[in-house]
Amino acid sequence: MTKYLLCDNMIEYWNPQIERMPLDELEQIQEERLRHLVDYVYTHSPFYKKRFDEAGVKPEDIRTLEDLQKLPFTYKQDLRDNYPKGMFCVPDTQLVRYHVSSGTTGKPTVVGYTKNDIHEWAKSLGRALTSIGVGRGDVLQVSYGYGLFTGGLGLHYGAEEVGSTVLPISVGNTDKQLELMQDLGTTTLACTPSYFLYMAEEAKDKGIDFQEDTGLKTGIFGAEPWTEEMRKRMEDATGIKAYDVFGTSELSGPLFTECTCQDGIHIWGDQFIVEIIDPETGDTLPEGERGELVITTLKKEALPLIRYRIGDCTILNKQPCECGRTHPRIMRVTGRVDDMLIIRGINVFPGQVESVLMKIPEVEEHFMIHVDRINEMDTMKIQIEMNDEAFSDKVNDIISLEKKVASALKSVLNLSVGVELVEHGTIPRSIGKSKKIIDNRKL
Amino acid sequence: MDEKFIKQISLFAENKPGHLANIASSFKEASVNIRAFTIAEAGDFGIIRMVVDKPEKAHRVLHDAGFTVSETDVLGIQMEDVPGQLATIAEVLGKKGVNIDYAYAFVTKTEKAFLIIRVNDLKTAVETLYEQGISLLDMGDVQSI
Ligand SMILES: [Zn+2]
Repeated sequence: MTKYLLCDNMIEYWNPQIERMPLDELEQIQEERLRHLVDYVYTHSPFYKKRFDEAGVKPEDIRTLEDLQKLPFTYKQDLRDNYPKGMFCVPDTQLVRYHVSSGTTGKPTVVGYTKNDIHEWAKSLGRALTSIGVGRGDVLQVSYGYGLFTGGLGLHYGAEEVGSTVLPISVGNTDKQLELMQDLGTTTLACTPSYFLYMAEEAKDKGIDFQEDTGLKTGIFGAEPWTEEMRKRMEDATGIKAYDVFGTSELSGPLFTECTCQDGIHIWGDQFIVEIIDPETGDTLPEGERGELVITTLKKEALPLIRYRIGDCTILNKQPCECGRTHPRIMRVTGRVDDMLIIRGINVFPGQVESVLMKIPEVEEHFMIHVDRINEMDTMKIQIEMNDEAFSDKVNDIISLEKKVASALKSVLNLSVGVELVEHGTIPRSIGKSKKIIDNRKL
Repeated sequence: MDEKFIKQISLFAENKPGHLANIASSFKEASVNIRAFTIAEAGDFGIIRMVVDKPEKAHRVLHDAGFTVSETDVLGIQMEDVPGQLATIAEVLGKKGVNIDYAYAFVTKTEKAFLIIRVNDLKTAVETLYEQGISLLDMGDVQSI
């Protein structure tokens, strides 16, 4: 690890030569690796050979980064259709691990890893952890699930790469989480944001103060979308710095985090190429426009992916970051292309609702969106828990709070939304992915 | 003059069955006794307001049981003739610019009638009622009725 003195802040880099490389040099590396990649998949994967042939593209057609747009997309459905190993580019003897994603929306998908794949994954997270000041001397409590899910083992290897001490506690058993956090001096916690909120609530009930009673400084939160307002709430309530982490099992697992600037997630350009496309037309969008994230893996051996449709909506930012890193950033993910609700012709993301609600101190962060169709008309109702301190014994105060929430939602969503305040503890707390929508429309 | 206020406990409640039973059993365990009780309903939610003999304990018990609870200072007045006197009280308070947010009456085992009112200006209300010779209940009275 190398330390640089930049202005007044000591900034540490895991690999300064790569992380601070001028963008044009980085793009040169991407071009070289892209050319190698298309040769590699064309000769090693019958799936990609067929895909390229159908699209009428030959590996030699791909010379520059612009040529990337000539290549067909890869979809999650392709992984399902070729279950379990139909898209792998290496013989089984080269594989050192499998991860399998749950099949809640279809068949499961299997990702295989070579030894190099595991190491590239750990390197990517190693850079990321260093960029948020996590390294030797830190105790990283990994409260993501271990096992077939990539979260636990991913963070585990990344933390070991930078020399942190890992506490592989996995998800659940909140009493034990809080006890070991105090006894072993956890400095960094990795889990889903909803589980952290749950943990904070439990801690409060037990009289544990994160600032007074624990050494927790840093939170790494992901595996479900969250918002800026939620960050502020989590940081204010517990005194930690909260960072977003990004990755999906198909790309290996959690791979990238924000840096200390908290202004976007650096995607390591020597390992991946990022594009933002219009999800309807598939056209590449200019930098700064919101669209669907598409990623091409440059270093993966077992399961390389060409123009993989991640399904998340975000914005690409290639401007140099204040941390000194030149690698492009994706801004906060606002939701999934397939989570998008269309209500009376208007696109609504649960993330937008969440960010409105987070700005209203009288309500809690737990909410549920109910969508229904009544008399051929779509209706949307939000149930939200009232904050204990905001509760008044006057009926009118509560009605005007409901109106306040409804008008705040209307101004952002352009949609009339019903608001129902509910009692504390009514909305189900989720330990894994938050399920925030109940869609009762029979279409 | 603080001692002339009564602590009222208010609860946010969705209209869900079983709520009142939960409150009653929580209180029974904690030996809290309800003196006055009313529900203000509004569409899909309601506010339960009550006067109890041990407000601090009641607050804690309800909070621990997961209810959204608040405590409010209200005034308690012993009445001979509820409708007539309510009009008088509203009038004298109105002249001093004090508004009554809400009021509810209850009758004790000994058949005495009491009125609970919430006002927007407690200090002025207490002074005004005192000048009119209207005596107010304190927490000691609530415990003994
Ligand atoms: Zn940065």
